Amino acid sequence: MSNPLTITEKIILAHTDLESCSPGDIVSARVDIALGNDITAPIAIREFDTIGVCDVFDSEKIALVPDHFVPNKDIASAKQAKTLREFAKKYNIKYYFESGEVGIEHALLPEQGIVLPGDLVIGADSHTCTYGALGAFSTGVGSTDLAYAMAFGEVWLKIPYSIKVVFDGKPNKWVSGKDLILFLIGKIGVEGANYMALEFSGTTFKHLTMADRFSISNMAIEAGAKSGIFEPDEINEEYVSKRAKRDYVIYKSDPDAQYLKTLKYDTAKINPQVAFPHLPENSVDVKEASAKNIKIDQSVIGSCTNGRIEDLRIAASILQGKKIAKYTRLIVIPATPEIYLLAEKEGLIDIFMNAGGVVSTPTCGPCLGGYMGILADGERAISSTNRNFKGRMGDITSEVYLANPAVCAASAVTGKISSPDEVA
Amino acid sequence: MLLKGKVFKFADNIDTDAIIPARYLNDSDPENLRKHCMEDADPLFASKIRTGDFIAAGVNFGCGSSREHAPIAIKASGVPLVIAKSFARIFYRNAFNIGLLILEADTDSIDSEDVLEVDTDKGEIKNITKNITVYAKPIPKFMAELVSAGGLMEHARKRVKKEEELKK
Repeated sequence: MSNPLTITEKIILAHTDLESCSPGDIVSARVDIALGNDITAPIAIREFDTIGVCDVFDSEKIALVPDHFVPNKDIASAKQAKTLREFAKKYNIKYYFESGEVGIEHALLPEQGIVLPGDLVIGADSHTCTYGALGAFSTGVGSTDLAYAMAFGEVWLKIPYSIKVVFDGKPNKWVSGKDLILFLIGKIGVEGANYMALEFSGTTFKHLTMADRFSISNMAIEAGAKSGIFEPDEINEEYVSKRAKRDYVIYKSDPDAQYLKTLKYDTAKINPQVAFPHLPENSVDVKEASAKNIKIDQSVIGSCTNGRIEDLRIAASILQGKKIAKYTRLIVIPATPEIYLLAEKEGLIDIFMNAGGVVSTPTCGPCLGGYMGILADGERAISSTNRNFKGRMGDITSEVYLANPAVCAASAVTGKISSPDEVA
Repeated sequence: MLLKGKVFKFADNIDTDAIIPARYLNDSDPENLRKHCMEDADPLFASKIRTGDFIAAGVNFGCGSSREHAPIAIKASGVPLVIAKSFARIFYRNAFNIGLLILEADTDSIDSEDVLEVDTDKGEIKNITKNITVYAKPIPKFMAELVSAGGLMEHARKRVKKEEELKK
């Protein structure tokens, strides 16, 4: 009988030629999908060209998504997008996306069934950990790693130790996956899971959607984690089965698998969270944040963390029939074209625009201070995105508060950080 | 390898947005990235740093995004070594992959302007200014080999050559 293994160890092991593995081992693993975007892929392509291979390892296992500065924000970013396009053409890359097909990579790939349970995925983007929600091992790497993977289909990985995180109980009103992950990061800190795999479980997730799981896995990196994974269940199956166009494997942790530690939380005691500048670990209860009377200039609803249809629906439910506060901006960014079209069909776009918001085409744009909503000096934003580092969304003196889409919508209405209960 | 240089010290949790802000990521030319290295942590860094100077920091250096532009900007600034109490995971692998030396050590006794003498093989960090020596955590064998191979791309080029020779 072999050693009991975690889901993470099982997936990595299945992608090697080894018979066993232990946390701390450095292995070479085969990748199912290697991902790059318009910021990170140009460096990878430059490096790839120096390796000396005459082709990519598999043109159907590479995804290039120009989502950060596209539609091109300036000439320099246009050149970067052009680099991706030319590479995609030259090597006939199957998963290359152009204009109306482009969505934010980490929303797009699961939605299109390109990443699936049991996959080993690397991406030159830190939020590649998002696909853990599907029961895949996925992790962010650098451009050089992407170049290597595009050439050989392999990546070097250290098998991570796992931390088990259990959320039990029914979530309170307005509490979403975003709040659970902000709460967790508040408890363990921004390097609380550095180099480790977070494995999420508990009865709470029967009450939440795949969108909530994506938000949670997405922000595992904000605790330093290598990955954030969920064991596939019927909610996962319902999402994946209608999207998958190839076979996939369901892995589950052995009952006696080893964890570095287990953290248990009572979800009923958790309220919506707001993470104060300038670290995601500065999370507090929204009621506490609201009591401080913090005026905002901008509210952003979107990103790979919270730009899914469920996020837009809850924001629209709060904004319906209301106007946002005077001198406050609301920017809504559906994460993919499919989400955009669905939001239009459901009348959500009307609601956002009638409230005084603007709706952008899918892009990472403002989340990283790229474009489409940059903050001036001294300005303050509440945002459904994932990072609130100093200067993240614009001027170095601007501030970002992180929250779920409901809190962002409510705050847009009042012009200050507010609980959804205050306006709904 | 023996290195000697002056320290630029930074705090805990220096994120990649501080090392190279996203507003400059529409370009990946090392020379252009160098001009904005550490800009949001110290706006004058690019004008003050001299080839051979070190960066020292607290915990979780390089947290945040996966942008390889961050270690590239540091390397292009002429910094041969970054010493921190700990490094964020992706920055750690990126640094090794591109051949930027990094050491994990207790940096509490190290301040800006201190002059250090570092034996990278032994992990010995001698603070000449303060007459204090600290030792870095040993570098895992695999990582040390990666550095001595000249980084991941050099390893890749050698692999291609080896595979071609086997075919002959």
